[in-house]
Amino acid sequence: MSVIIDKIFSFATKYIAIAILFLVAWIFTVLFQHSLDAMEAFGFDFITETKWAPNLEKFGALPAIYGSIVSTFLAMLLAVPLAIGVAIFLSELAPAKLKSPVGVSIELLAAIPSVIYGMWGLFYFVPIVRDVFGGIGISMLTAGIVLSIMILPFMAAVTRDAMNTTPDILKESAYALGGTKWDIIKDIVIPYAKAGIIGSFILALGRAIGETMAVTFVMGNVHQISTNLTAPATSIPVTLANEFTEADTSLYYSSLFELSLILLVISFTIISIAKFYFLRNKRLAS
Amino acid sequence: MATIIDITEEKELEVKNFEFTYAGADAPSIKTLNMPIAKNSITALIGPSGCGKTTLLRAFNRMHDLYPGNKYNGEILFKNRNILADREDLIKLRIQIGMIFQKPTAFPMSIFDNVAYGMRLQGIKNKTELQDRVEKALKDAAIFKEVKERLKHDANGLSGGQQQRLCIARAIAVEPEVLLFDEPTSALDPISTAGIEELIVELKEKVSIVIVTHNMQQAARVSDYTGFMYLGELIEFGRTEDIFVTPKERLTEEYITGKFG
Repeated sequence: MSVIIDKIFSFATKYIAIAILFLVAWIFTVLFQHSLDAMEAFGFDFITETKWAPNLEKFGALPAIYGSIVSTFLAMLLAVPLAIGVAIFLSELAPAKLKSPVGVSIELLAAIPSVIYGMWGLFYFVPIVRDVFGGIGISMLTAGIVLSIMILPFMAAVTRDAMNTTPDILKESAYALGGTKWDIIKDIVIPYAKAGIIGSFILALGRAIGETMAVTFVMGNVHQISTNLTAPATSIPVTLANEFTEADTSLYYSSLFELSLILLVISFTIISIAKFYFLRNKRLAS
Repeated sequence: MATIIDITEEKELEVKNFEFTYAGADAPSIKTLNMPIAKNSITALIGPSGCGKTTLLRAFNRMHDLYPGNKYNGEILFKNRNILADREDLIKLRIQIGMIFQKPTAFPMSIFDNVAYGMRLQGIKNKTELQDRVEKALKDAAIFKEVKERLKHDANGLSGGQQQRLCIARAIAVEPEVLLFDEPTSALDPISTAGIEELIVELKEKVSIVIVTHNMQQAARVSDYTGFMYLGELIEFGRTEDIFVTPKERLTEEYITGKFG
């Protein structure tokens, strides 16, 4: 009897696991099929065209791709140094009394739904950006700031965890040679945790580039490429969230699907790179 | 009562009424301990697990200061000064009193950079000086021949025994006066262990050595003086042959004959 249960169980889990592979392939196929109209109409120009004019049936993805990349780059620029700083403090410098409460609050921050970051950004950061940097406040810069705050807790927590894996005995060896705290952090802890730190950055990057709700509120959904960071802009997820309900022609509809296909490919690439780093990390640990 | 002999050689270190309490502990882990460490000789600390031998060893280079709340009492004299004093410069102290750990601790960098690390911490940047001293340290640690072709390779590619020699090379590269060994062969196979023991004996020409070991044969093989510790106290200290052949204390005799441990 128990042998039969074992067999059923292993059969079930095996097919559930295989189903996940199919699910991924299925999503790709659906996105691809729905994109076909737009691909036929615009070809490769879809990616390089800067004009997005639904009323003229003209669709170019470049402003959205540009917005996704620039807002993510801004977010990383702001969040990486802060995350490293917070992680160094929590793993090497903070007194025991501070370590756990601060650590727990950072993990709680990472669990806040992104729509809340978006609302908070709209009511709090939009006026600040307007007053300090000019423009209308709804802008690429605001999106970068809100995104950076959103990914910071995750990056700091994972970076701290990676740093915490540095064996005490390794740190003590460096102290025993006359090293200072700073020597040990830069020469031992960061090199030892490097793979995990880079992995966390790439995962955060993947999250930022696909983020929808946090930036939809503050970015403006304006299809333009402007070097002025205080000008409104758009990103791929922002476009998708705003425009699907308005897609009244099949070409419009198909163009949005092609946008989402592009986003999926970008995210997949980023996550694969992160996985490569994490796997390497695990091999080092064993 | 404890039996602690006085030594005839010049003293490198002298422990006087030393007491140590770990952070948060009610009772001290080491109680009123007195003991000399002779210059250019090997002193072994033996005793069952938890007797305080590693705790004592880690006081000599103030390793306990890395974790807040630990408390020292009494004195450890080194070059006529009490190194337990608050004003002690720990960086300088740890350059003068080096340490080798239970497990090989190669840093995540090349073999050359590992050995050069301590010198670089001191601000030595001159390439030829670094090269000369790294080579000399590797030769003194009897590992130069094995690694000279791959100094730029990652140190983690070496075997356990080689890594432990590398750690010894790294420690002697900064020219310390005392070397502390904390069970240096506990993670190694018998052949590597024999090699490290031979090396330790050679090193006493240049440095004074204190070695903590759970292996009594090792203490008997390498050391000139032996201290037997039990429950935070030094029960007996004397010349190694006396401790192992004619121990004065009943506890010492019971421990070395394997009645407990």
